[in-house]
Amino acid sequence: MALSGIQIYKLLPQTNCKECGFPTCLAFAMKLAAKQVELSSCPYVSEASKAQLEESAAPPIRLITLKSNGYEVKVGNEVVLYRHEKTFYNKSGLFVKLHTSQIENALIEETRRINQYQVNYVGMDLEVDGIAVEDDTHDPAKMKAAVTAIRSVSKKPLILISSAVDVLEAGLSQLSGETPLVCCANSTNWEKFAELAGKYKAILAIESDKIDEFVELTEKIKSKGIEDLVLIPNGKNLGHNLILQTQIRRAAIKANLRALGYPTLAFCSSPVEAAQAITKYAGFVVLDEFAAELIYSLLVLRQNIYTDPQKPIQVQPGLYEINNPKENDPVLVTTNFSITYFSVANEVEGSGLPAWLLVADAEGMSVLTAWAAGKFDADRIAKAVKSTNVTDKLSKHLLILPGSVAVLSGEVEAELPDWEIRVGPREAVDIPKFYKLALQVN
Amino acid sequence: MPVEIPKDKWPGSVRTVTIGALPKDGGTRKCTVTVGGETTMPFLHYEGEIPNRPVVAIEIMDRQPDDWSPLLAEAWKDVMDDPAKWAVAAEQAGADLLVLELSLNNRNGEPTTPDEAVSAVKSVLAASGLPLIVFGPGQAEADNALLVPISEATKGERIVLGICEDKNYRTIVATAMANDHLVSARTAMDVNLAKQLNILISDMGLPLDRILMDPTTGALGYGIEYGFSVMERLRLAALQGDKMTQLPMIVTPGYEAWKIKESKVGEGVPETWGDWLNRAINWETLTAITLLESGADVLVLRHPESVKRVKRAIDELMSAKELV
Repeated sequence: MALSGIQIYKLLPQTNCKECGFPTCLAFAMKLAAKQVELSSCPYVSEASKAQLEESAAPPIRLITLKSNGYEVKVGNEVVLYRHEKTFYNKSGLFVKLHTSQIENALIEETRRINQYQVNYVGMDLEVDGIAVEDDTHDPAKMKAAVTAIRSVSKKPLILISSAVDVLEAGLSQLSGETPLVCCANSTNWEKFAELAGKYKAILAIESDKIDEFVELTEKIKSKGIEDLVLIPNGKNLGHNLILQTQIRRAAIKANLRALGYPTLAFCSSPVEAAQAITKYAGFVVLDEFAAELIYSLLVLRQNIYTDPQKPIQVQPGLYEINNPKENDPVLVTTNFSITYFSVANEVEGSGLPAWLLVADAEGMSVLTAWAAGKFDADRIAKAVKSTNVTDKLSKHLLILPGSVAVLSGEVEAELPDWEIRVGPREAVDIPKFYKLALQVN
Repeated sequence: MPVEIPKDKWPGSVRTVTIGALPKDGGTRKCTVTVGGETTMPFLHYEGEIPNRPVVAIEIMDRQPDDWSPLLAEAWKDVMDDPAKWAVAAEQAGADLLVLELSLNNRNGEPTTPDEAVSAVKSVLAASGLPLIVFGPGQAEADNALLVPISEATKGERIVLGICEDKNYRTIVATAMANDHLVSARTAMDVNLAKQLNILISDMGLPLDRILMDPTTGALGYGIEYGFSVMERLRLAALQGDKMTQLPMIVTPGYEAWKIKESKVGEGVPETWGDWLNRAINWETLTAITLLESGADVLVLRHPESVKRVKRAIDELMSAKELV
């Protein structure tokens, strides 16, 4: 947590020597608090104060980056408990777990499926972030073989899981130049694990179900020079995990407790656990198995929760087909605010009636807001019609305006003389009725 | 050295609302459902009280629905054309209470009459002893025409009548007041609108412990983040002491999740969407869990498997009290 000017002042020499360019130490402290000057401008600040000031400038939750050849997964750097307070920044890394006991062909096949998986959601292609390999054979050779097999088909970042240092080392030896994550360190093995993480520049994850133990372990491990840490709160059930995750996040953000200022990882054996992990603070989510329908729902949930509330998801402007429209079906026009788009698209889709949905670029605003701001007018609508070449695609030219901008119909008619302009309902929910009554489509 | 974990101390709490009335209190229910009373954010047992567990309601209709997913028809089979049988099946599937939704039109395509609606409600009350929520078809005139006679015919049952909206709440609130019922107040994903409607309703004289608020939501992928954050903000406001937000929240993840393509459609969708049935149940469950984590007290669901999963999650979230 950032220090106030007064708190910073107490750490300065308080000699008012003016060598920093400011008349007093207090003035300099105020500038520091506002992040308008660098501490290095003060030639007399003590080493102890310097360390304290630098630490206070660091983010409350450390940024951790898993790297492999061509991929990066960044987690941490979060600053709030509730997304409406600002936003959640770095999306939970989504990993799927494989096992060293799996035979090579199965491992390769499974890796390939995970690696290739890509699903489109509101114009974005979403993917799994990486793969976790769990040692269930206690055999270093098997870990080495598993990592080699996975690397033959996927370059995505890896998490290695074992209780044995030699098994982990066998895996790490195959990953030079990468920054994988290894787990799980605990109160008995932490020294050896810290050494290993140091040697291979890996990120180290610590497992516990006690907050006090996390604090003790992170401090000990940090004293060995290992700073890239991840916490794995393994509570006894869903509720216990929620509490541990919340306590860690809160201690880091509200109390600036450095010893808990690390991202967390959650091993999830059910969709419900994974959903909670995404909404409630997990930096990494490791799934027990790969199932397309589960991955899809979790990727979408993650996308939703990590959307910046100040800057809602926009839909790509353009022409969307709903229920296989033909060349004589109507064109419904709306804006590219995601909720607006989905309200309209849902109603049309749910009704089973075919339509062309023309999404105009209204800078992500809803119909009325965009109209009031001058971002959704006849000019923009005409531009959308022209840029999508929809006139050439259709034999019948019927454009339906949202009811709340009925006032635009005259201007749109002037802009698009080849089109018949009709005013639709104000609310998306009335679109099916409008179809039946006004357009006489059933 | 033990670590001091920062705790929030809240001045306010959520009101307690009881749905349904036992015979000794003028109703015919075999049990009642009490929700609310929280003095902390969802399931943070280490810093406050959560005296009542969130509950799961199963949504049934007064007749075979026209537009429900075939997966739901498969799950409920032939009970769907008889609200009484459906109510019994829902109770067996683990519902804590029931939501009966009235159709705009009856089986013959004619507008549902008040008599038909009353008899559907009565048959459900006779078949199951669970507390009941009744939602009108969602059009002001029809809602008023059907809910008033239902309210009068079931005086004293402490049914929740819905849906009160800013444009149509007076008639429903008046009949709830006259007949010892409750109401559900729905607004569109906005803290101030929710608050305003609660004020309007309580200004008519209905005590606040007879109001549930429905802040509405979108399904996963269809705006759930708005519902999620509005609910977190409403709950934070309630805990901070804002009286007009201190009502238990009811949400309809079943309705939202089952109207979208991911659940409704099995063919002609991308292969990466995976298995249809699992996807649909995931969609409903994940929508529900996300809202549960943001403060929902009553979750209205449709598929029996989702009910099972969400109830198990509530068990675990509540039992963590013993672990801290």
